[in-house]
Amino acid sequence: MDQIFVTLKSGILDQLGRFLPDWALVVHSVLISITAIAILGPVTMMYLTLLERKVVGRMQNRPGPNRVGKWGVLQPIADGIKMLTKEDIVPLRADGVLHFLAPVLIVMPALLVFAVIPFGRNMTPVNLNIGFLYFIAVSSTSAIPIFMASWGSRNKYALLGGMRVIAQMISYEVPMVLAAVPVLMLTGSLSTNDIVTAQSGWGGLQWFALTPWGFAGFIIFFLCGVAECNRSPFDLAEAESEIIAGFHTEYSGMKFALFYMAEFMNSFTVSAICTTLFLGGWQGPGFLPSWLWFFLKTYSLIFVMIWFRGTLPRFRIDQLMGLAWKLLLPMTLANILIAGFWHFTHGWIKIAGSIALVIASYEGLVRLNQRYTPEKRVYTFAE
Amino acid sequence: MIFGSGILKGMLVTLKNFTSSYFKGPDEGGLFTVQYPEKRLPEKENFRNFPFLVFDNTPDNLRCVACDICAKECPPKCIYIVREFDKEGRPLKRPATFDIDLTVCMNCGFCEEACPFDAIYMDHDFEIANADRHDKLLYHKDDLLKSNEYFRKIRPTNASAVDARRHEAEEKKKAAAAAVAAKAAAPKPTPPAAPNSPAA
Repeated sequence: MDQIFVTLKSGILDQLGRFLPDWALVVHSVLISITAIAILGPVTMMYLTLLERKVVGRMQNRPGPNRVGKWGVLQPIADGIKMLTKEDIVPLRADGVLHFLAPVLIVMPALLVFAVIPFGRNMTPVNLNIGFLYFIAVSSTSAIPIFMASWGSRNKYALLGGMRVIAQMISYEVPMVLAAVPVLMLTGSLSTNDIVTAQSGWGGLQWFALTPWGFAGFIIFFLCGVAECNRSPFDLAEAESEIIAGFHTEYSGMKFALFYMAEFMNSFTVSAICTTLFLGGWQGPGFLPSWLWFFLKTYSLIFVMIWFRGTLPRFRIDQLMGLAWKLLLPMTLANILIAGFWHFTHGWIKIAGSIALVIASYEGLVRLNQRYTPEKRVYTFAE
Repeated sequence: MIFGSGILKGMLVTLKNFTSSYFKGPDEGGLFTVQYPEKRLPEKENFRNFPFLVFDNTPDNLRCVACDICAKECPPKCIYIVREFDKEGRPLKRPATFDIDLTVCMNCGFCEEACPFDAIYMDHDFEIANADRHDKLLYHKDDLLKSNEYFRKIRPTNASAVDARRHEAEEKKKAAAAAVAAKAAAPKPTPPAAPNSPAA
């Protein structure tokens, strides 16, 4: 059961090996993985939309979509048909090439990062030794298509949204990477596979999130991940109360659906990487197959994202920037220090030193984040 | 007091909503949506939307006398009445045409307030959606006619009051007729009942 997909793939390759040369088998092995990802991505996205609408609906005491099929299971398909048959409108003065390329390009990084995600034991599509770096590098490029969309639409709302996205993505990338640094530091590897195997102790429960520094890193990484894929409460880029729909104001039909798809696939991959780094990836007690553990953890993180959306109002832009630069960034730096201390010292020094570091960094953070209130002026002559 | 405790409190509220939507009834904080076409809320007696015409016993015996008061009272002017005439050209106490344009009607209920003959009342039928707004939503006399039993069914309080009033008036009429007959029969009549009694 644990290796069902792996055996399935090797079985298909065995059958093909009867009448295909060796080099063609390699190509087919790659093709099978690509097909699996190319199906998994969009299908995940489709059902995430349904899940999101259902869960947010339930949180607001509504049943959510329930007309198309039992419990609305066919709703994503109905939406897909609707999106495909909608008219595709390009603004008269838009930059046609950019306007067309942006939705095409935005799906690419979202799909490409699936390559390094360890879905289960022996189930990493591409076992890169720089897996995490690849994830960060590829997912950060999704800022460019978003800016292409906002610039190419020739719409002020779109441009405002695009500028917000760029500012937000660049800011949140920094604490996101730094929050993951302790994990990389302790495993000594960037490979997602190695990171997962490093958490295999305690019968598959020695997750990094269960250590103090790991827990802090997990929270920071997850918050930054939510911000990275422009989800509520960090969805300033598409704040409908201020700038209509942000960068995809001028998009309709399938192009809009592609933006939507990229957003949902991003939230899936961010949750997946978060699971890999901090929640032990596919590790878990042996009564469930490894890929099921992985999907369970990932989907619970996605549930938390939806939960955020059902609860929290949107940030203001200066609060958003302040959170990233003034709170999360110093916290990650302190966390790196504490993680090193926790790992490389022993006995009472470890505990005392870590606590001292926590207190010191807390004090520093509070001092630095104090609001500047000018002294009350005393007017000598103007009374 | 801890930084972020307000957020956690809010998250707990939504989580409680989420779980209670599965495990609790509509009046305990669960889902209270009624899935309309399959299930529906019980009809409220005081609900009113479009008007209908009341007839007694048979559809020929309608109460409307084509007095045109409701048509004059109607603010958006959606009622159109033509009086019926007999062969000699004398007006009859019934409408030849009685049309209500439901696309114009604004459900104010002034017609039922104005009608002195208890002939027009507001209905409970709200499912009149139609693909053809020109013909299907212009209700003619046959579409509008509904029995007094139906009226009694949908609005029992109002209907029984109206019935009682009409019955009383009829009794009075009969009594007056009997009195007139008695007066005609007897050579020396007693003085008749008060001429401006309210129910006459």
